Amino acid sequence: MMTVLFFFLAAVCLGSVIAMIVSRNQAYNALFLVLAFAAMGGLFGLLGAPFMAVVQIIIYSGAIMIVFIFVLMMINLRQGISPEKRKWTIGLAVLIAVILCGEIFLAAKGFLAASPSPETTAAAGPTEIGRLLFTKYLYPFEITSVLIVASLVGAIVLAKKREKE
Amino acid sequence: MIPANYFILLSFALFVLGIIAFFIKKDLLTQFMAVEIMLNAANLAFLALSASRGFTDAQVIVFFIITVAAAEAAVGLAIILLIFRRKKSIKTEEMDSMKG
Repeated sequence: MMTVLFFFLAAVCLGSVIAMIVSRNQAYNALFLVLAFAAMGGLFGLLGAPFMAVVQIIIYSGAIMIVFIFVLMMINLRQGISPEKRKWTIGLAVLIAVILCGEIFLAAKGFLAASPSPETTAAAGPTEIGRLLFTKYLYPFEITSVLIVASLVGAIVLAKKREKE
Repeated sequence: MIPANYFILLSFALFVLGIIAFFIKKDLLTQFMAVEIMLNAANLAFLALSASRGFTDAQVIVFFIITVAAAEAAVGLAIILLIFRRKKSIKTEEMDSMKG
């Protein structure tokens, strides 16, 4: 049952990312990405991280993609993507992807080849995460809040209209 | 249970697809979405390793990654909006004032 669910979610995730690459409509791209992130949230749940699954769905496929769609509506591209596609960039992309694939496999060969592949076990729940967040990772947590405030102010300053230029 | 290798391989595939999308797409918004896909692939690898090794720390790190991704999306989209106001376009081909 779990395996069937895993393959279903993986297929949805990969399929929607490939559909995003193929599609030329940016609004559809954003919606495909929402689907991919929701499926990824399901995968997080399968990995025994229910808190992360909820955070993924609320923040990624909720908040972040909504911001993308808002910007898409503000930009309002009528002309679409230029029809003439330069073929060499696709070749370059595939070349870089193949090289990267090789490098990743070389780097992770040891882990992947471990003869009894480690099974995924149920990890700790939100209680344990909260305890770690406020003891071991307290300073990163506080610095993250400063980062959030800085990015908030930065985004407002960047995006506001200049009064007189 | 499902072997952790499946999750790791899926995260590799997603990362490589993100790279391909980043290079094929011509507009800034979709390229930014490709960056988000790569961040998510990293999250998946983190959680798969944490589940197979029995650490909870990786979940905290993924939490930080998601937070930083939200901050990055806010600033990045503001910059894209600014570029659009100045150039009336977000295509990368037309950003050639630095002769890149």
